Amino acid sequence: MTDYNFAYLDEQTKRMIRRAILKGLAIPGYQVPFASREMPMPYGWGTGGVQVSAATLTPEDVFKVIDQGADDTTNAVSIRKFFQATAGVDTTEETDKATVIQTRHRIPEAALNEDQILVYQVPIPEPLRFLEPRETETRKMHSLEEYGLMHVKLYEDIARHGAIATAYAYPVKVEGRYVMDPSPIPKFDNPKMTMPAIQLFGAGREQRIYALPPYTEVVSLDFEDYPFEASKADHSCELCGADDSYLDEVIVDDQGGRIFVCSDTAYCTARQAAQQDTPTPQAQEAAV
Amino acid sequence: MLATATSTSAMQGGFKDVPTEAARQFRAIMNAIARPGRIEAVDGATPPAPMSVAAGVMVLTLCDPDTGLYLAGDHDTADIRAWVQFHTGAPIVSAEKADFAIGHWDALAPLNAFSIGTPEYPDRSTTLIVEMDALSTQGAALTGPGIKDTARLSLPDTEAFQRNALLFPLGLDFFFCAGTRLASLPRTTKVTERGAS
Repeated sequence: MTDYNFAYLDEQTKRMIRRAILKGLAIPGYQVPFASREMPMPYGWGTGGVQVSAATLTPEDVFKVIDQGADDTTNAVSIRKFFQATAGVDTTEETDKATVIQTRHRIPEAALNEDQILVYQVPIPEPLRFLEPRETETRKMHSLEEYGLMHVKLYEDIARHGAIATAYAYPVKVEGRYVMDPSPIPKFDNPKMTMPAIQLFGAGREQRIYALPPYTEVVSLDFEDYPFEASKADHSCELCGADDSYLDEVIVDDQGGRIFVCSDTAYCTARQAAQQDTPTPQAQEAAV
Repeated sequence: MLATATSTSAMQGGFKDVPTEAARQFRAIMNAIARPGRIEAVDGATPPAPMSVAAGVMVLTLCDPDTGLYLAGDHDTADIRAWVQFHTGAPIVSAEKADFAIGHWDALAPLNAFSIGTPEYPDRSTTLIVEMDALSTQGAALTGPGIKDTARLSLPDTEAFQRNALLFPLGLDFFFCAGTRLASLPRTTKVTERGAS
């Protein structure tokens, strides 16, 4: 801990990131350029999220990291250890105990509250990038609110597949102004984005920060006759039985056996623990 | 000598432990702009009068050699210039070039001197730090991002903020400081005259 400045980054870098965060909150959905630093991890491993977390964390925070919903994957474990070592913050896997949650590609199942901050790791912050590769053009399109191309893309999905086939990184419109990439979260999570917590987005390689203040209006793009639908696998969790959570499909043997389990491990574990505490009807009868 | 006395006092009044205090104060500042109208408590800075503690905290947390600072009216004193210079190294600039501007509401006028950003870079705008005698959650009604239903805040004006909101996504962002308390009004907030409170 004494070998590093608090939360790893130097103070001038943190000030620069903090100013970008404030601008992001003042202009919800607009991508604020920032001078992203080299971090002790490769691009694509959450360097944007890590820099935003470093500029946001205070010594009193309780930090949680999830990767595709899981607390125990490589990326989540190493980022959690990184801030344990450099900021000395407490960490947790329980969503309701965390004050800052860094996430890759999921929003926790449990509803977040006003005292929490959700930090997203973002690979490609520009929702129009795969439609228009030139930054000069996409910047102009945002300034002119020219989003017809995005609707053409969604329309082509319908023409080709009969439905909007975009399943993750589903584009949203923020406060009726900026079209924003919600990062590659499943579209199942999109309706949760209007929430009481502050949401911060960091893209390290692409050098962009953007943000959503609490209760900001976030609308998934759609058509009147093809309304947005938050979809998930049509199963319930094999481990905890939840039928309202986002599920991962897991292959369990080499005979083609597969099960569906909650992608949010903290949510699933808590539900399983609660079920063990509550005796089953059979156990209650046996006890009598 | 006067010059020596000034430079010694300029060295006082900064954060005691910069990394952790700046982190805590930034959290309060971020909460303020993310939830317009909410009043946050800050501390740790003791700038020369007439700058408030809260405005001093904002300077120490956000300003450095990369940010031009405009001192309006009675805030443009040798003491404050020396204090800002010693603790942050921020250049003191004119209103047009300012990233941050500090002063009383009347001294900051006219607001159209400040940058509101460009359509392609609306973030290149000035953040105004307005010194107030007092702050309270009574006054004009605020709605917009960060506000669940309606918030209320004692504002020095109404029309100026309505005009500013019309510029969205361009525009100015405001912080209001009184003593150790601050609140914020970003460009997204819609201000209406006081209704029934």
